[in-house]
Amino acid sequence: MNRDLSLLIGILVALLAVLLLGVFHSTLALDPGQRLASLALERLPESGVSNPVTAVLLNYRAYDTLLELAVLLAALLGIWSLGPARPGFQPAGPALAAMVDWVVPLAILTGGYLLWVGGHAPGGAFQAGALLGAAGVILRLAGNAGAGLPSEAWQRWLIVLGAGVFSLIGLLLALTGYGFLSYPPGQAKWLILLIETAATIAIGVTLAAAYVGGRPQMAQPPRSPLAPMADPEAKR
Amino acid sequence: MTAAFLYGGAGILLFALGLWSLLVHEPLLRKLIALNIMGAGVFHVFIAVAHRGDGTPPDPVPHALVLTGIVVAVSATALALALHNRLEQDASDSAQSTSTSTAGLLSGLSISPQSDIIRHE
Repeated sequence: MNRDLSLLIGILVALLAVLLLGVFHSTLALDPGQRLASLALERLPESGVSNPVTAVLLNYRAYDTLLELAVLLAALLGIWSLGPARPGFQPAGPALAAMVDWVVPLAILTGGYLLWVGGHAPGGAFQAGALLGAAGVILRLAGNAGAGLPSEAWQRWLIVLGAGVFSLIGLLLALTGYGFLSYPPGQAKWLILLIETAATIAIGVTLAAAYVGGRPQMAQPPRSPLAPMADPEAKR
Repeated sequence: MTAAFLYGGAGILLFALGLWSLLVHEPLLRKLIALNIMGAGVFHVFIAVAHRGDGTPPDPVPHALVLTGIVVAVSATALALALHNRLEQDASDSAQSTSTSTAGLLSGLSISPQSDIIRHE
C-alpha cells in the first residue's frame, strides 16, 4: 500500500482513538443511573442458579445462547463444506505422548467440574466446552488425525446436540404453556443443567472439529489433483 | 474509576491498533489477526464498563455478552481460516497445474515430431 495513504490512515485512526477515549472517560464519570445489574441480581433466587452470569446466559437471555450455538453450528458446516481435512501431524514422541495421556483425561475431568461449578461460581458450558475442545486440539497435535473424535455420523449428531436440546426444551415449555424458554418455577436448575451438558458436549466437539479444519476423512482414497487436469492440456 | 479507565482505555487502544492493521496490511492472515485484536479491545471495554466501584457487584449482563462474543469470534475465525486455507490451496494447485502443463509441453517439444503444430495452435 502507498506509504502516504497508510500514514493518513494511521493519523485518522489515532484521532478516532482519542475521540473514543474522551467519550469513554466522560461516560465513566457520569452517574450509572438505572442499570440491568440490580434487576438481574434481584431475580437471581428465582433463576435456578446462584451465579449471575450463568443466570443471564441460560435464563434471562437464553435466546442469545441458543443463537450462539446456532452460529457455532453454522461455522462448522461452513468449514466442512470447504472440503476434506488436511492430514494431521506426525505421531508424537514418547515424552509428548506420555504427557498427552495425562493431560487429555485431566482436561475432560476439569471440563465436567467447570460445567457443574457454573451454577454457583465462575464456570459453565462455554468454559467446559472450550476445555473439551482444547483436549481435542492436543490430541491432534500429538498425531491423532481425527482429534479423538468419533465417526462423521456421530459427529453430526453431537454438533447439533446443543442447539437441538436447547430448542426442544424451549418448544416443550412453550407447548406446556410456560412460554418459549421460560422455565417453570423450581425446575429451572435441572433444565439449565441439562441444556448446559448438551451445550458443553456440542461446543467441545465443534471446536475440535473446527480445528481439524475440514470434513472428516472417509475411507475413499484421496483423488489425485493432477490426473484430470493434465487431460485437457494434452488435447490442445 | 482510574482502573476501569485504564482497562477500558487499553481496550480502545487495542481496537484502534487492530483497525489500523486491518486497513493497512494486505495479507488476509494479518487482516484476520487484526480483526481478532479489535474484538479483544471491544471485550476489554465491556468488562471495564461492567465494573462500577468496589462496593457494588459487577454487572453480569456485559460479562455474559463477552462470553457469547468470544465463542462467536472463535468460530468466525475458524471459518475464516478454513476459507483462507482453501484459497491458498487452490492458488497453489493452479500454479502447480500450469507449471506441470508447461513442463509437459516442453517435453512434448523435444520428443514429439508434431511439436510445431502444437506451438502454432
